Amino acid sequence: MKSYNIFMSGVGGQGIGLLGEVMIQSCLAAGYAVLGVDTHGLAQRGGVVVSHLRIGNREKLFTPRITPGEADLIISLERLEAYRAIVNYMRDGGTAIYYDAEQQPIHVRMGISNYPDTTDLEQAVADRHGKLERVYIDDLPDVRMQNTAVLGRIASFELVEGVTGDIIREQLLEISPGASREANLRVFEQASAARA
Amino acid sequence: MSKFADNMIRKDAWTGLMMGNHALVRAMIESGVMVASAYPGSPTPEIAAAIEIIPEEQRPLHFEWSTNEKVATETAFGASINGHLSVVFFKSVGLNVALDSAVQLSMLDCTGGLVVIIGDDPGANSSQNEQDNRYTGRMMMMPIFEPGTPGETYSMFMEAAELSKKLKLPVLFRMTTHVCHARELIDFGAIPDYEYDWTPRFHAEGLEYWPITAAVFPLKRKAFAKLAAVEKHGLTSPSNRVFSPNGSEPVKGRRLGVITHSIPAYSVLECLDLSGSSIDVLKLGITFPLCEELVLNFLREHDEVFILEELDRIIEHEIKAMAFDNGITTKILARPDVEHLMHEFVPERVWELFSGFWPECFAPKPPRNAAVEDVSPRLAQMCPGCGHRSAFFAIRELIDEEFPTTITVADIGCHSLGSMKPYEMGSVLLCMGHSNGTAGGMAIGNDSRKVVCFIGDSTFFHAGLPGIINNILYDRNVTLVILENYTTAMTGHQPHAATGEIGDKIKIVDVLEALGVKFLRSVDAYMQDKLKDHMRDAMNHDGFGIVIAKHPCMLKFIRDKRKRAAATKDAQAVNR
Repeated sequence: MKSYNIFMSGVGGQGIGLLGEVMIQSCLAAGYAVLGVDTHGLAQRGGVVVSHLRIGNREKLFTPRITPGEADLIISLERLEAYRAIVNYMRDGGTAIYYDAEQQPIHVRMGISNYPDTTDLEQAVADRHGKLERVYIDDLPDVRMQNTAVLGRIASFELVEGVTGDIIREQLLEISPGASREANLRVFEQASAARA
Repeated sequence: MSKFADNMIRKDAWTGLMMGNHALVRAMIESGVMVASAYPGSPTPEIAAAIEIIPEEQRPLHFEWSTNEKVATETAFGASINGHLSVVFFKSVGLNVALDSAVQLSMLDCTGGLVVIIGDDPGANSSQNEQDNRYTGRMMMMPIFEPGTPGETYSMFMEAAELSKKLKLPVLFRMTTHVCHARELIDFGAIPDYEYDWTPRFHAEGLEYWPITAAVFPLKRKAFAKLAAVEKHGLTSPSNRVFSPNGSEPVKGRRLGVITHSIPAYSVLECLDLSGSSIDVLKLGITFPLCEELVLNFLREHDEVFILEELDRIIEHEIKAMAFDNGITTKILARPDVEHLMHEFVPERVWELFSGFWPECFAPKPPRNAAVEDVSPRLAQMCPGCGHRSAFFAIRELIDEEFPTTITVADIGCHSLGSMKPYEMGSVLLCMGHSNGTAGGMAIGNDSRKVVCFIGDSTFFHAGLPGIINNILYDRNVTLVILENYTTAMTGHQPHAATGEIGDKIKIVDVLEALGVKFLRSVDAYMQDKLKDHMRDAMNHDGFGIVIAKHPCMLKFIRDKRKRAAATKDAQAVNR
């Protein structure tokens, strides 16, 4: 098969690490060869965090980073980062799924740049003939569970053949810290069921 | 013990998904490394994290954080000449700090073996430059191993460690950022039954560890002889490989080849997969000393060879010289433009570069439909609650109101981010610990503008002290602000001399008092009015003044609090 490219992004502290870990382990569990890389230079200081994941046959996976314009699936935990990812990385006909959190960077706060709204994202996706899925949970018990909510919604589709909702749930339970496991599972199921 | 730690030390062979930095630790353990030392710096801190997650009593190797990269190198060297296989690791520019000692090591028999691991940073993802330490390796007379994937990191480390032990020669193991952080499935081997022998076996007959004046030359000759042995090793090393993914048929009557290294080699293979062209690729894992026979054979077998390297023109010049000396007529192609001497060689860039030379294989692609859209940048910034933020806010206000012509000098750390809007504190930045020296120089003959410089607490010990002592000695008209947050924050909260996590706290204020600093004040960075008063007094003080603006790193503070709460909860659950 041609490799399938999953581009994940968010803001430092949002839990892209856990999201990426669940996705890479799920793809592995579904029998794909995987190659990934995280870019997190100054992630803890509110910078952009990106996780690249390429899956397919091992002999067709060469470098871990996704070429701009070649992402089949974009998963983002914040609206501006979703927009940036779509504009730069989405391939024609790709899919983007994002948690609609808003974290304004300093340029927006200081009035130098604009913050995108939902219609900007819809337009960017339409330009690429792609699909857009927005995730938002009104009563999320902890902002650190936005990643879990997105995973729950991903689980309700089978976006990557063989990477089923059951596999994703299993990997999330395997990886999420003991104390938060039950709460995570509730958010996961809620986001999964809330699919439009 | 965590599953991760369990896997790191399990005796039998296993297969697992692993990051380059973590694969390195498994390779160290399988190789029998006994001592590892380091100073934190991206992209390498995850190496330490993978060691530290193993409970100390089960850790097969001794690991420690050193005060700086030079001390870390000396520590590993000392252990090596005692007969113990040792490693030291740090980031690209850390080698500059280590260099005074590191440059000597190849002349001396490192009897236990010594691997110097560096995280170079093409693309300057988290560094102040893109320096290509393949130059430094040549100056240090250290063989250079360059893995391109986590799997290669694992296997090449074991080869490097074995070679280092055999030749008693230090080896430079050059990782790059996206090798350190890439992840793939790796087949690990079993851990042999090592007898860790801590007998200090250091032995010197005469001056073989004393390279001064005339004693240098026999030692240098020995280093050259060892490098010749490495070159010979390169001929059969599995790290140097030829790939012919699409066969080796001539293209329009010419046999084409590429000589490359590390990640760019895989970028070339990805382009060849898309192109389908029949081009051979010589991927060099050992890039110093170049194995001349291997390179000459490859040149002779091809009519045109492109030398693709990331960053500087190093193997390009060496290979061109080899070809000239050997009367080889193969057409040697190389990167034409200075732009190609910067950034990383991802597949897209390789394709674009090759399309200018071999358009029949790499058809020029129209530029991607990148309508310039207005996407706000998101720069890293100091965290909510960060004490540096509070200090910068107050000092910026004071400067604007009372000392508007002040020059501010930044240093390395989270507080480097203060140079950006909205604080704009720190207009000059070089490297770890430069601020006192640079500020001192700016104070010479300067009666009209105040000079304020900054430093963090880990950097204070790392490379800050010599500059501070200089400013004390000359009583420079400089105000130093020490931003003390009780950790090495930027790289992920590693301990340092004043945190009390390693040994007894060496308090910064005690050090400064002992040095005889005449103006010294200390205040919590949240107390902005008091901080401004201290700063005003320091800036009006004739001579060197120091203000310590202290506040714990809030990121660490909150995490520690959560951990403590979880631990208490667990303890209560057990007691119930």
